[in-house]
Amino acid sequence: MKRFRIVALLPLLALLGGCNAVVLNPSGDIAIQQRDLVIISTILMLLIIIPVMALTVWFAWHYRQSNTSAQYEPEWSHSTHLELIIWSAPLLIIICLGAVTWMATHMLDPYRPISRTSPGVTVAEAKKPPLNVQVVALDWKWLFIYPDYGIATVNEMAAPVDQPINFKISASSVMNAFYVPALAGMVYAMPGMQTQLHAVINKAGTFKGFSANYSGAGFSEMRFNFLGVDQAGFDKWVADVKASGGGNLGRTEYLDLERPSEAVPVKKFATVDPQLFHLILNMCVQPGKMCTHEMAAIDAKGGLGLAGAYNVQSIEYDKFARRGSDPVVKKAYVASVCTKAAPMGMDVQAAAVTPVSSAPLTGAGLPRPSMFQSFAPKPSNS
Amino acid sequence: MFENFDLQKAIFGRLTLESLPFHEPILVVTFLGVLIGGAAVVGAITYFKLWGYLWHEWFTSVDHKRIGVMYIVLGLVMLLRGFADAIMMRAQQAIAFNGSEGYLPAHHFDQIFTAHGVIMIFFVAMPLVTGLMNFVVPLQIGARDVAFPFLNNFSFWMTVSGAVLVMASLFVGEFARTGWLAYPPLSNYAYSPDVGVDYYIWALQIAGVGTLLSGVNLIATIVKMRAPGMSLMKMPIFTWTSLCTNILIVAAFPVLTGVLVLLSLDRYVGMNFFTNDFGGNPMMYVNLIWIWGHPEVYILVLPAFGVFSEVTATFSGKRLFGYTSMVYATVVITILSYLVWLHHFFTMGSGASVNSFFGITTMIISIPTGAKLFNWLFTMYRGRIRFEVPMMWTVAFMLTFVIGGMTGVLLAVPPADFVLHNSLFLIAHFHNVIIGGVVFGMFAGITYWFPKAMGFKLDPFWGKMSFWFWVVGFYFAFMPLYVLGLMGITRRLRVFDDPSLQIWFIIAAFGAFLIALGIGSFLVQIVVSIKNREKLRDTTGDPWNARTLEWSTSSPPPVYNFAFTPVVYDHDAWWDMKAHGYKRPLSGFKPIHMPKNTGAGIILAGLALVTGFALIWYIWWLAAVGFIALIATAIGHTFNYNRSFNIPTQQIAETELERTQLLQSAGA
Amino acid sequence: MTAITAGASAARAGAAKEEPVFYVADEHEHADGGSTLLGFWLYLMSDCLVFAVLFATYGVLGGSFAAGPSPKDLFDLPLVALNTSMLLFSSITYGFAVLEMQKNRVQPMLMWLVITGLFGAAFLGIELYEFTHMILEGATPQRSAFLSSFFTLVGTHGLHVTFGIIWMITLITQVRMFGLTDANKRRLLCLSMFWHFLDVVWIGVFTFVYLMGVLR
Repeated sequence: MKRFRIVALLPLLALLGGCNAVVLNPSGDIAIQQRDLVIISTILMLLIIIPVMALTVWFAWHYRQSNTSAQYEPEWSHSTHLELIIWSAPLLIIICLGAVTWMATHMLDPYRPISRTSPGVTVAEAKKPPLNVQVVALDWKWLFIYPDYGIATVNEMAAPVDQPINFKISASSVMNAFYVPALAGMVYAMPGMQTQLHAVINKAGTFKGFSANYSGAGFSEMRFNFLGVDQAGFDKWVADVKASGGGNLGRTEYLDLERPSEAVPVKKFATVDPQLFHLILNMCVQPGKMCTHEMAAIDAKGGLGLAGAYNVQSIEYDKFARRGSDPVVKKAYVASVCTKAAPMGMDVQAAAVTPVSSAPLTGAGLPRPSMFQSFAPKPSNS
Repeated sequence: MFENFDLQKAIFGRLTLESLPFHEPILVVTFLGVLIGGAAVVGAITYFKLWGYLWHEWFTSVDHKRIGVMYIVLGLVMLLRGFADAIMMRAQQAIAFNGSEGYLPAHHFDQIFTAHGVIMIFFVAMPLVTGLMNFVVPLQIGARDVAFPFLNNFSFWMTVSGAVLVMASLFVGEFARTGWLAYPPLSNYAYSPDVGVDYYIWALQIAGVGTLLSGVNLIATIVKMRAPGMSLMKMPIFTWTSLCTNILIVAAFPVLTGVLVLLSLDRYVGMNFFTNDFGGNPMMYVNLIWIWGHPEVYILVLPAFGVFSEVTATFSGKRLFGYTSMVYATVVITILSYLVWLHHFFTMGSGASVNSFFGITTMIISIPTGAKLFNWLFTMYRGRIRFEVPMMWTVAFMLTFVIGGMTGVLLAVPPADFVLHNSLFLIAHFHNVIIGGVVFGMFAGITYWFPKAMGFKLDPFWGKMSFWFWVVGFYFAFMPLYVLGLMGITRRLRVFDDPSLQIWFIIAAFGAFLIALGIGSFLVQIVVSIKNREKLRDTTGDPWNARTLEWSTSSPPPVYNFAFTPVVYDHDAWWDMKAHGYKRPLSGFKPIHMPKNTGAGIILAGLALVTGFALIWYIWWLAAVGFIALIATAIGHTFNYNRSFNIPTQQIAETELERTQLLQSAGA
Repeated sequence: MTAITAGASAARAGAAKEEPVFYVADEHEHADGGSTLLGFWLYLMSDCLVFAVLFATYGVLGGSFAAGPSPKDLFDLPLVALNTSMLLFSSITYGFAVLEMQKNRVQPMLMWLVITGLFGAAFLGIELYEFTHMILEGATPQRSAFLSSFFTLVGTHGLHVTFGIIWMITLITQVRMFGLTDANKRRLLCLSMFWHFLDVVWIGVFTFVYLMGVLR
C-alpha cells in the first residue's frame, strides 16, 4: 500500500489543493486507505475514459460533414477485431478493479478489527487496547457512551491518537449514518440494530462528524466534534467529563434526552447506566417493555402462544411527532413478561419511572412557525 | 374549530382549513400564480372553443401517436415544477451560511428535496421515456397502433392522476419529508403521521398502475405486431431498447407496488412490516425498494441509449456499428440490472463478501455500457456527421456520460462508497448520468422525432441555445458538487457551518440558473417553431435522411400510420427501401380497421384520483364510493362493444393522394 | 484497417437478388385482441412478482412472533386442507367450463362457471372464518410482524379470488347477454388463466405458510 501514497499526490489532489477536501486528505488510517482506493480506481478507469473522450472529440471533428477529405464508408458497420477490443478493454479494467475491490472490501470491512494503527505499526506493536465507544443516533443529536470509563457525552467525542477505536452504533428512532470523514467511512445507525466500525485517528485535531443519512427536521444540525487528542489530553478530557457535574445518565434521563431537539449543545454525563446501550439497542429503555433480545429468544422457541397475544401495552407517552392527526390504530408495545421493576409482568405498571412530559409534540418535535401558531390544533388527548 | 363535532371528521376526514398552507408565503404566491395561469389557460381554451376538440381528438384518443405526445407534454410541464424545486434548493444552499437559516424552514426544504426527486423520476423522466416509446415504437415496427389502444389511454391518464396528486400536495396539505424513497421508520406513521407520505404512496401507486400496464402493452406490441420480415435481430435499436425497458418495467414495478402496499398497511392499519417494534424490519423495505429502484435507472436510460443509436447512425449517414453487440449489450444490461441493488446501501453493514459481490456485479455492467459507447464512437468513424441539434446532444452525452460512468464505478467500490455514499459526490454522479444520459437523450429524441409528430422541424437556433445553456449549466451545476462531496459534504443538508463551502454552492446555483435559461430556450424554441412552422415544414416525411420505418410515412403520419403494412429486410428498413428504389403504392387501398376513441380511460383515472385523495385524507366514505365507482365503470366498459371502426378506402385514398401531391411539390 | 472494412453488409447481398417487395399488398384483417392472451400472461407474471414480494416478506418476517402466537398456535390444518380442496375443485370445474366453451355449449358452460364461483365463494367464506377466529383470539395483523405478513399474503390472495368472482359474475352476465362471442371466449380464457394462477399461488401458500408453519 505504500506506493499508493505517491499516487495519492496526483491530479485530483492538486486540483483540489485550494480547498479542504477532507475525503482526499483525511487523518485516520482507515480513511487514508479508502482515499487511496478512490484514487487508484479513478486512475484505473481514466486509462479507458481519457482515450474514449479524446476519440469522441476527434471523430466528431474529423468526420464532420464539411470535411469532405475524410473517408466516408456508409456501409461499414462490423469488424470482429474492433468488437473484440471494445469488449475486452473494459473487461480487463474491470478484472483489475474487481480484484482490487474484492481485497479492499475485505481489508476495509468496517466490522473487521483494524490490524494496524498506522502504516507499518501493527496493533500489537502499538500496545494500546482498543477504546470502546457506543454511539447512539438520537433525534437530532449524537450520544456517545464510553463503557470503559463510565461516562457519556452528547455531540462531542474524543479519542486518543493511534489507539484503535471500536464503535458500536445504534439509533433510537430512525435511520442515520455515523460519519466522521477524517476518521473513516460512514456506517448506518439503525434502531434496534447494532452496526460496527473499527477505526483509528492518527492526527490530533478537531474533526467534524455528522449524520449522513437524512432523518428529519433537525438533521442538518446533527453535528458533533470529534477530538483527536494525545493520551494526556484524553485523560484530561475524561476527567473533565467526570467533573462536569452533568450527573448520571440513567433510563429516566435517557428517555428525556431522546425527545426530539435540534442544534443541541455539548452535554456531559459524569456517570452512565452500564446497561444503557444494551437497553437502547434492545429498545427497552422504557420500563415494562420487552427487550428485543428476550423477544427473539422467546420467538426462537415458538412464541408465547395464544396467551401472549394480549401481552401488549398501549404506549403511554408519545416521544415522537404527532401533529394532531388521530392515528387509525393506536400504537402499542409488547410488554415485558417479567422485570425487576414489575415482577408480575404486564399487570403491574412500572411506577418507578414516570417518564417525561406526556404532552404531544407539535411539528417534528419543534414549535411551528409563529404565523401558524394560531391555527395549531389543540392537544386532544393530553 | 369543530373539535367536538364528529360529523366534520366523518365528512372531511382529516382535511380541515388548516391543511391549506396559508402560513407559507411562498406557497400562497405560487398558488396564486398557478390559479391565475390556470384561469388564463382555461379561459383561453373556452374562448377559442377548444374543449370539444381537446376532448374528442386528444383526451379520449387511443391513437398511440397522440398519447405519446400527451405523455411528453406532461413530462415537460412537470419538468418545470421539478426544476422549480431544484432552483429553490440551490438557492437555499447557496445562502444558508454564517448562521443564516436561508429562506426555507426545514419543514419546507425537506418537502422540496423529496418532491424534486419524486417528480423528476416518476413524472418527468418516466413520461418522457414512455411518451417517446409510445410514439416511435409502433411506427418503427410498421404497426398501426399498440396492442391495447384503450389500455394505453388509461395508462396515460393514470400517470396524470399521480402527477395531479403530487401537485395537489403543494396546496392541500403537504408532501413527504422523507427523501424520494421514503425509507422507514422515518416514513412510517410514528415519525411521519402527516399526509405527506400518503400523498407519496398514492401518487406512486396510481401512476405505477399506468406504468405497468403501458409496459405490458408495449411488450405485447413489439412481440406481436412487427411488420412481416422484421425478425428480432432486424428490429431497430430503439425498439430493442424499448423492449428491454418494458421488460424491466413489468419485472420491477410490481415490486414497488408490493413494497408500497406494505408501507401503507403499516401506516393505515397499524401492521408491523417496517416498524421498530413487534418484529418489523425496516431494512427489508430498503432492499425491496432498491430491487425496483436499480432497474428503474435502466428503465430510464435504455431508451435514451436507443435514441442515441438512432441519432448517431442517421446523422453520421452510416449503418450503426456493431448492431449485434449493441443488442447483446442491451440484453446483458437488462439482466444485470437485477443483480446490483445492494450497492445503494453498502453502508448498512452487510458482510464484506456480500458487498464485494454487489460491487463487482455493478462494475460488470460498465462493460456492456462501455461497448455501447464504443459502438456509437465507431458509428461516427468514417461517417459524414451532420451536426444538427440531436447529434449535438449525442456528442455531449458521450462526453458527459463517461464521467458519470466513471464516478459510478468508483461508487461501486464498497470502501470508496463508505466515504462517498450519501455525499454530494453521489448527487453529482447520478445527476451526471441522469441528466447526461436520460435528459440529453430525451432532448435529442424530442428534437429528432418532433418533425415526425408535428409535421415541422424545431427551430435550430433556439435548439442550439437550449443545448449550450443546458450543457454548460450542467457542468457548472454539478462539478462543484463532486468537489463538495470530496470535501465530505453530504446530501439534504439545509444549513452549513463552514463558510469556505459557500463559493461552491454559489457556482452550483449559477449552473442551475444556466439550466433555467436552457429550459427557457427550449420553450422559446417551441413557440418560435410553431410561429415559423411553414418555413420549417417537413413535406417529405424524411427530413433527416434517416434509416428506420417511421420515416417512410408522412409527417405527421396518418391516423393509420401505414396505408400498406411494410415488409422488412434489414434493420435499417427505410434506408434499405430507399436504396432499392422503393415506390410508394398509390392505389389498391383497402379499408383499415382502427380502434375508436373512448372516454373510459380518463373517467377511470379520475375515479382513481378521487379514491387516492380520499384515502390520503381519511375520507373513508369517499374512498369507498370512488373505489366502487371505479370497479363499476371498469365492468361497465366491458359491455361496450362499439370499440372499432373501418376507415373507408375512399378516405385513405384521399389522404394518400394529398401526400403524393405534397411529395411532388417538395420534389419540384 | 482493410480487414475491418471487409465486413460490409453481407445481409444486403441476399436481399438484392430478387426485386424486393416492400409492402403487403393484400392484407388480411387482423382479428381483434390477437395479443390479449400474451398481454394477460405478462400481467400475470407481474402479479406473480407481487406475490413473490409477499412471500419473501413472509420468509423474512415469518418467524418474528413478537412473543405472541406462532403458526402452531393458530393454524387449523384440517380446515385449511378443506379450504385448499375448495380451490382445487374450483380449478377443475373451471376446466370443465372451458371444455364446454370450446364445444360452444352455453348452458353447461354457465353451469360449470356458477359451480366454480360457488367453490370460490366457499373458499373465501372459510378463509374469512379463519381470519375472524384468529382476530378474536387476539392474533390481529397488528400483533406481530409474522401476523402482518401472514394476513397480507393470504389476504392478498383472497382479494384476488374476490376479484376473480366479480369477474366471473360479469362474464356470466356477458355470456347470457351476448352469447359466446369471440371477445367473451377470450375473456373466459383470460379468467381461466387468472383462476389457475391463483390456484398455483395457493399451493405455494399452503405449502410454505401452513404446512411448513405447523409441521416444522
